[in-house]
Amino acid sequence: MELSGAEIVVQCLKDEGVEHLFGYPGGSVLHIYDAIYRQDAVKHILVRHEQGATHAADGYARSTGKPGVVLVTSGPGATNAVTGIATAYMDSIPLVVLTGQVPTPVIGSDAFQEVDTVGITRPCVKHNFLIKDVKDIALTLKKAFYIATTGRPGPVVVDIPKDVTDPGIKIPYDYPKKITMRSYNPQAKGHLGQVKKAVNKMLSAKKPVFYTGGGVVLGNASKELTELVDELDYPITSTLMGLGAYPGSDRHFLGMLGMHGTYEANMSMHETDVLIAVGARFDDRVTGHIQQFCPNAEIIHVDIDPASISKTVRVDVPIVGPVKQVLRDMLRVVKEHKKKPDKDVLAKWWVQIEKWRGMHCLKYDQNSDRIKPQFAVETLYKVTKGDAFVASDVGQHQMFAAQFYVFDKPRRWINSGGLGTMGFGLPASMGIQLAHPKAEVALITGESSIQMCIQELATCQQYNLPIKILLLNNGYMGMVRQWQEFFYDSRYAQSTMDVTPDFVKLAESYGHVGMRITDPAKLEGAMKEAFAMKDRLVFMDVVVDPEENVFPMIAAGKGHHEMYLSPESELV
Amino acid sequence: MRHIISILMENESGALSRVSGLFTARGYNIESLTVAPTQDPSLSRLTLVTSGSEEIIEQITKQLNKLIDVVKLADLSEGIHIEREMMMIKLRAERTQREEIKRLVEIFRGKIIDVTDTSYIVELTGASCKLDAFVEAVNADLIVEMVRTGPSGIARGSKGLGI
Repeated sequence: MELSGAEIVVQCLKDEGVEHLFGYPGGSVLHIYDAIYRQDAVKHILVRHEQGATHAADGYARSTGKPGVVLVTSGPGATNAVTGIATAYMDSIPLVVLTGQVPTPVIGSDAFQEVDTVGITRPCVKHNFLIKDVKDIALTLKKAFYIATTGRPGPVVVDIPKDVTDPGIKIPYDYPKKITMRSYNPQAKGHLGQVKKAVNKMLSAKKPVFYTGGGVVLGNASKELTELVDELDYPITSTLMGLGAYPGSDRHFLGMLGMHGTYEANMSMHETDVLIAVGARFDDRVTGHIQQFCPNAEIIHVDIDPASISKTVRVDVPIVGPVKQVLRDMLRVVKEHKKKPDKDVLAKWWVQIEKWRGMHCLKYDQNSDRIKPQFAVETLYKVTKGDAFVASDVGQHQMFAAQFYVFDKPRRWINSGGLGTMGFGLPASMGIQLAHPKAEVALITGESSIQMCIQELATCQQYNLPIKILLLNNGYMGMVRQWQEFFYDSRYAQSTMDVTPDFVKLAESYGHVGMRITDPAKLEGAMKEAFAMKDRLVFMDVVVDPEENVFPMIAAGKGHHEMYLSPESELV
Repeated sequence: MRHIISILMENESGALSRVSGLFTARGYNIESLTVAPTQDPSLSRLTLVTSGSEEIIEQITKQLNKLIDVVKLADLSEGIHIEREMMMIKLRAERTQREEIKRLVEIFRGKIIDVTDTSYIVELTGASCKLDAFVEAVNADLIVEMVRTGPSGIARGSKGLGI
């Protein structure tokens, strides 16, 4: 089969099993778009801004585990995609981003729509390529998918100059079935000796706790984690990225930890003597003050990325390997071990934990004529029976969503954790809905975040994506305002969203259904009505208490045991 | 502590910028960096001198290993190794100074590789500290210019850094 470079690009995507391609055409990728036009195996989703394309592919990848694929043009097409690429990089999401480039003879001449895409994206990709010869396309794309999806996943950018896709030059096509790279061999298996060492420590622990992260979701190790935790009867807390990997409604689960984590989760971290970290990276929002982090604990750390081990916190038993295999080995070793966890000692630990849990640190007061954002999220949970895919943007609403929507399954909670990208939510929801056409997809967002990628409402209309948008409208960049209230004597510098569009009319102008909800008593009814409209996007503009804050809170630089539980409380 | 890290990497365009970019992005020290192809034209050998605590060096080697283009890596400072750097230094050498410079070059086992009425160019090879010592020993006023390659390193013994 003889194909042109452009046809090879599309054929490679087909052979890779790509169903959806998120993109936006332009001069440098016209040959590729022409090849897309002449086939229908790969469905192209036309976004309204390249940032939307990367976030949509990202949402697709997070909700399915398959790589998200993007096609954008050179210059501004590529630079617009950078925020989405960096977002995926920080959360280790597999993306393959194809960027057009000016023809090879003019590279470096400041040609029209030329930027050094490889240079610009280098610090925020797992790897990137510039293809200089049509003969290299198939092998490079094979490598791109291989690198993006194996080991610790991440985005890979492939920069393709226009002349390389010239329809006039045809060459034989053969897509490699397998690939090996001498310079890239992701760790295949965790060391059994280390697993045994870890299990010995785990079984003699007096106050053990599991601390798990996005790696469990990415590594599809939810089942293995659940079995191990249940076998040991140990408590477990999760990072923002790991929510859903262990059933949130199970009694072993202490809720999220960290800056806005629960009292029971953070206190367990502070008191624990054996910390079992799995697929988590000891991020600063999790650890708080690093010198005060888990002061009494021996730390076991399972991660696929050796560079994650002892990066910020020194660990005692490192295990480098896929979490799924390591957890499976751990469970086997635990079951075969003569020693069992000391039931009495463990019972004491649980008594202590239940005491902390009894503080009900997430309580809030809905005795008000204003809708509390927490109440809105709880109502969403009720209406969707806890079984929706929930995407969010970044800010207070994100934290409320993480605290109040209880996730029992992995890949249901989709948000930008590492980079904290406002504008992520709406396009990410599109990717989720495309991947799961029948599922309920809810977006929890704020009036500030959603305006950063609001143009994608048109894409939702074009492809009939019946997303349910829950806009928690407080008229502020809520998290910024909260910090200004606490740390800048309530000087709300530029954090007020004084002017917002009429979101109901806006939604309607894009062909969607808009609702404005102000009365707490009518919220549930309205939400039910919205979710009953199975084939329509419904934009619920929910007016919430403008100055509600996210609690508990550990201020930057404080330890886990130093939390504010409410506005009135001192440090506890 | 000072560490010499030897890296074998794919000889591809942009590979060097991945290494240097990593150092700026993560705020690591980089004292010198030399790179050239090896007997296998598809591989480059890179020698990098850096300094930092044990934790930082551990992170540096892990992060370097994570780069897709890096094939192999060794921290030479962990074992017995040989380190060489080359320097060319142009010195003002007029009548009274000429003999003294020649004697100094001899002591350091250097070579004078260019001569004019008023100047010498001295070539000197050795561990970086030897080069430092020579520069120290020369009267600073006499130095017109100097250029150093940065150290290259290789581990002693029969074993090699290869694929």
